Amino acid sequence: MEGVEASEKVKRTTARLCSLCNQRKAALKRPKTLEQICRECFYNVFEDEIHRVIIENNLFKPGERIAIGASGGKDSTVLAYVLSELNKRHNYGLDLFLLSIDEGITGYRDDSLETVKRNEIQYGLPLKIVSYKELYGWTMDEIVKAIGLKNNCTFCGVFRRQALDRGASLIHADKIVTGHNADDIAETVLLNILRGDIARLSRCTSITTGEDGPIPRCKPFKYTYEKEIVIYPFIFFSLTFNTYAYFKKLDYFSTECIYSPNAYRGFAREFIKDLERIRPRAILDIIRSGEDFRISTTTRMPEQGTCQRCGYISSQKMCKACVLLEGLNRGLPKLGIGRKKPGSGGQDQEQSKRLLEKKGLSLHGKHGNVDY
Amino acid sequence: MSERETQERRHMAVCGSACGSNCVPKDIEGEEEGERLKRLSLDEESSVRRCTKCGEEEARKDCNGLCAGCFRAYLYGKFKLAVTSNAMISPTDKVLVAFSGGPSSRVALEFIHEMQSKALACWDASNSQALPVFTVGVVFMEESNISDELSDQADVAIDQIRSIVSRLSPPSKDLHIVPIESLFSSDLTKLVGSISDATGREDFVRHLRMLSLQRVAFEFGYNKLVLGLSASAIARHVLCATVKGQGYSLPADVQYVDTRWKAPVVLPIRDCLEQELVTLCNIESLKHVQVLDRPCASINGLVSSFIVRLREDNPSREHTILRTAGKLKPFNFNKFSSNQYEYVPSRLRPKFQFVQNGEPNSPEVLCPICASPLTATELASTRCAQQMKGLDIKEMEAFFWSCCQSCHFQILPKEETYMSGEGFFDLLPKPMVKRSLLRDEIKDYLLDDS
Repeated sequence: MEGVEASEKVKRTTARLCSLCNQRKAALKRPKTLEQICRECFYNVFEDEIHRVIIENNLFKPGERIAIGASGGKDSTVLAYVLSELNKRHNYGLDLFLLSIDEGITGYRDDSLETVKRNEIQYGLPLKIVSYKELYGWTMDEIVKAIGLKNNCTFCGVFRRQALDRGASLIHADKIVTGHNADDIAETVLLNILRGDIARLSRCTSITTGEDGPIPRCKPFKYTYEKEIVIYPFIFFSLTFNTYAYFKKLDYFSTECIYSPNAYRGFAREFIKDLERIRPRAILDIIRSGEDFRISTTTRMPEQGTCQRCGYISSQKMCKACVLLEGLNRGLPKLGIGRKKPGSGGQDQEQSKRLLEKKGLSLHGKHGNVDY
Repeated sequence: MSERETQERRHMAVCGSACGSNCVPKDIEGEEEGERLKRLSLDEESSVRRCTKCGEEEARKDCNGLCAGCFRAYLYGKFKLAVTSNAMISPTDKVLVAFSGGPSSRVALEFIHEMQSKALACWDASNSQALPVFTVGVVFMEESNISDELSDQADVAIDQIRSIVSRLSPPSKDLHIVPIESLFSSDLTKLVGSISDATGREDFVRHLRMLSLQRVAFEFGYNKLVLGLSASAIARHVLCATVKGQGYSLPADVQYVDTRWKAPVVLPIRDCLEQELVTLCNIESLKHVQVLDRPCASINGLVSSFIVRLREDNPSREHTILRTAGKLKPFNFNKFSSNQYEYVPSRLRPKFQFVQNGEPNSPEVLCPICASPLTATELASTRCAQQMKGLDIKEMEAFFWSCCQSCHFQILPKEETYMSGEGFFDLLPKPMVKRSLLRDEIKDYLLDDS
């Protein structure tokens, strides 16, 4: 019975034609719109939408040097591939580079870096690798050992942001592009609402950020669904001028960071996955809401300045990376994490020092190169 | 005075009250660690936990370290602050309280009754009796025909509600039990049933409910509508609106005051968490009617369960969400117009005057279904449609083009649904149709029977 039903189902689906071209048979349901389309139309519409986002938002100018933040994961691999394709196809006139950050996570980052090195060869894009060790004197493995698994993502995120900027300036890039997709941005909007971070909420939906900072960065995948980025490399279809098709699988590294399970973002991510199942367009709706939020003029917003220590962009006297690094180097892992308690700063240091002495820990001061 | 209290006083004198809890007083440092711990644990075990506010009564576990009395005072204090600082109720008002039967609106009703009784006592005692006492009415909207509730549950609920309201006197309150379908001449069951999206259906019932409440208020002469929306309900709404792409209109529904309606809507228990209100109902044995909690396959249901998970992780998350929404710019209609502050003492009145800051105060255009202010993009496409069709525009088209993108997607019929646009439009309640912008502009040319 089941076999008959299954084959009937197959017959029904294979009989359906692509709703876009009405010529070829539909091969998949498009996650964004649930349209049933063929492979060719999927690639066309996927690449075309990204091209339109780039043009309509004036993301690039001809002759610009663009650093593609490449982790070896699916988003950055597809980004590197699509950007280099569109650059050729539509003559953007861009100089593309791969920029990779080595956080020093054994068993994760060292493997994904191999993927990026292969991408360098496959796409013919020059690669620059910058490591936390050489910039800050700490690897993520060492940081997690010192602070545990609760706030490690904060350290990694803050350090990576600065690392990307420094790496980009080393290769004289004009812009950085990252593979943040629609799901990431929707999660960030929700996260900022849950945390009450109105300053970030007002900025996080901008497709280009940091225009008044060291190096602007943009997100061409802002409206691209994560599910579609996952589908894209698996059924890539290319016609050569002999008109025979061959399937090419884009090389990418598909394991989650080993230190990530406790991140708060997981709450938002799970919610969005459930939401997408009920209403796929909700992801774009969250982004639209984020764009439409108007902040009250009476709300106090942080003012942008520069870090007194390293000169990096910062809304406080010292940038977050310097604060966190100082905490690590002085054996105060909670420095810069959570809210400041009024008047208890002095006592905190006394307490922590005593605690560390008791536990027999003594972290020697490690100073990386913090001058920007 | 115990030794501990002496030490605490000394500690206060040395470090001041701003000192964090990590400070170790110098006296105790000299003692043996073991002795100190022993003393502390004995302290914990033998004494009963006292209320952190009055220090006299026993603190309840479910009341954040407060006793029952202080907990009630804390919640009533929040209610009173919301009412007075937003000038929600004036002495001449005739206030209609929407009572769903649930714990939140039960507490709202209880607190309003208390405020009214106190005002009556003052009036009785006063010599001049110049300022009257506001009157209160209660309305229960009977929706079992258009929702999936069992009708026999509805009968039981109604009896209980009658009994609850009759006990809330003096002063006595009129109770209006209104079946929602009696207010409009359309077949609401068919109309709601024709909406294919589950979330759209739920939201549409909510919009119908507001329309009905306004209708009752108008018919019986009430000039204010009180909704028992808690902080938790508002937090849910914030996430729901974000997820539906309504980021622009979100601030409109989450303020203390909403004057989009003929009877302005006020939310006096906006700062109280649902958990707190449920606890209060338990403590004071405030009878309320259990609303059937069906698992919802809608976005609203998903957001509800998400908020419950967030609450378990951190009980103050709902307040944080509310605070975030509070930083978004409210609309012009989220404040009363200046003549409403007639009864506010003159020293407080400047606080309520609407400050002109140079921005043009153009009235917002509202979606006729959900009353959300339209974004610039939505307005532009409305105008575009109007220009394209001119006077040829059909009433139905004019209505559909005036709706926001969210109602377009989840409520209005699509081509593949069984009901046509005309069919849907014909079933809409007339008051909803009359709100459409384009209709306003072409109504002079319509030959209709209104």
